Amino acid sequence: MSVTVVNAGPKRGWKSVSTWIGAVIVGIAVLCAILAPALVPHDPFAQDLDKRLLVPFWMEGTDPAYILGTDQLGRDYLSRLIYGCRISILIGVTVTVVSGLIGITIGVLGGFLGGRVDDAVLFAITTRLSIPVVLVALAVVGLLGSSMTLLVLTLGLLLWDRFAVVARSTTMQVRNLDFVAAAWCAGCSRFRILSREVLPNIASHLVVVATLEVALAILLEAALSFLGLGVPPPLPSWGLMIAEGKDYMFFSPWVIVIPGVALFVLVLGINLLGDGLRDLFGTHRTDT
Amino acid sequence: MFNFLIRRLVVAALVAATVMTLAFILTRLSGDLATSIAGPNATQADIEAIRLAYGLDRPVLSQFFDWVGRALTGDLGESYFFKARVSTLIAERMPVTLTLGLTGLVIALVVSLPLGILAAVRENTGLDRVVQMVALFGQAMPSFWLGLILMITLGLNLGWLPISGTGSWQHFVMPGIVLAFSAIPALTRLTRAGMIQAMGSDYIRTARAKGLSRASILLKHALRNAAIPVVAIAAVQLGFMLGGSIVIEQVFALHGVGFLAWESIGKNDFPVVQAVVLVLAVIYVALTMVADLMNAVLDPRLRGP
Repeated sequence: MSVTVVNAGPKRGWKSVSTWIGAVIVGIAVLCAILAPALVPHDPFAQDLDKRLLVPFWMEGTDPAYILGTDQLGRDYLSRLIYGCRISILIGVTVTVVSGLIGITIGVLGGFLGGRVDDAVLFAITTRLSIPVVLVALAVVGLLGSSMTLLVLTLGLLLWDRFAVVARSTTMQVRNLDFVAAAWCAGCSRFRILSREVLPNIASHLVVVATLEVALAILLEAALSFLGLGVPPPLPSWGLMIAEGKDYMFFSPWVIVIPGVALFVLVLGINLLGDGLRDLFGTHRTDT
Repeated sequence: MFNFLIRRLVVAALVAATVMTLAFILTRLSGDLATSIAGPNATQADIEAIRLAYGLDRPVLSQFFDWVGRALTGDLGESYFFKARVSTLIAERMPVTLTLGLTGLVIALVVSLPLGILAAVRENTGLDRVVQMVALFGQAMPSFWLGLILMITLGLNLGWLPISGTGSWQHFVMPGIVLAFSAIPALTRLTRAGMIQAMGSDYIRTARAKGLSRASILLKHALRNAAIPVVAIAAVQLGFMLGGSIVIEQVFALHGVGFLAWESIGKNDFPVVQAVVLVLAVIYVALTMVADLMNAVLDPRLRGP
């Protein structure tokens, strides 16, 4: 029988290359989102029918003024891509704020108070999980008309489940620790214990969930916009760019390759950063 | 065990009732249904006629209890656009969605079980990291975009598979692969974690001490125990996949339940939309119940007091 050699294990947290790759991707995306008006070489909404479907730089016959080519209406693809990044980041972050507020409130209350309240919280989570997210989001936007605000509110109201699950279970663990008992003995109020003892100790778990939720919201926004019931045109959402390019994809595949790769890389970057933070905080994966 | 079953059934019924209420509220969000159904060119008389014909002039609560009462007997109402019974429409479209969901699930299991086992056996090696990267890639992949890329590569350039429609089993391969991507990350991670836990347990040490072969230890002893939660989660994942197949059905023009819902949303066909939401939710609840029961049968500690 051979002796098992114990591996040192992969590098974790900031020592890991993948965390850095994630951080760099997210950093570039956030910069693009903030500085979009200053970065774009052309107006992302300006149409030029003489310059339709110009090819990107790696193909023959490219126009150097349009590095990533143009779309079917002659709009500069690079400029639309940068503005699309702004929309993705904006939606990802705002949806996460809305869903985080709902999920963390529900989860902390259930985990902290226990009993009937916790039963109700568990029931709410079960019900929420049984609702088909994409279908309901499509129906709401289809019925009320597409707008960014409506999209953010709808996704925010639908995506709080993971926040609630993690907030509930971590609150339950923290609630029984000695320092919380000490705070009770010192005569602290419930509110003070929640805000000063519980929340700071579950925050790291919630930050990890938040990264996953930003990634999920960005993917969902793209899918809804792709189906025509997300961000309204002519806004350059990446999902909408893929939908608009779909009719030309067999002859000019790059019109869907470019926004799709951007979407994939951004979501991958956010997940890599999230995994790095998880290792850094020493929290365990809770999303299976 | 009996008490456990009863408790789960009660919760499932309550969840279904809540979803029913939410689905009803959802379709009333736009305000006046009759105006939406009549369309932009309708006269006031048309709208009034529609209001009467569909019973929309009655109080909302009476409409609600009417819908609930009928739904309990299996009558989900009548479609405004298709002029057919909603239950018939859903029954016609369900086989396509179920075939797609099951194809996706089988592909996902065939990919994630070996990947998860490999990663667990070679824990903390390069191979393990590669598998974890695969899971991360799957998580970041926009499914509708992957579908289009497969259409260009496997469909147009290589000509291996048909691009859209439901004519033969080949039509389900590409959509199945795309749908599987959504379940592969979670299933792979769970298999890996389960195998690592199982491999560190006492009964595996006993099996090793008995001098059993490596294959026998892995497949007969470790995998059996690691597979229990995986199979349970697979049932839940199937529920998510059926709910999420709407995007993929639209990409590949598969006329399943998701496609029906998508068409109905575009046509303001509310009875169909609320019925599809309800049916998908009930299927999900049933699948999670199956998962819980499987876990409870195999692990008595989960049955509770």
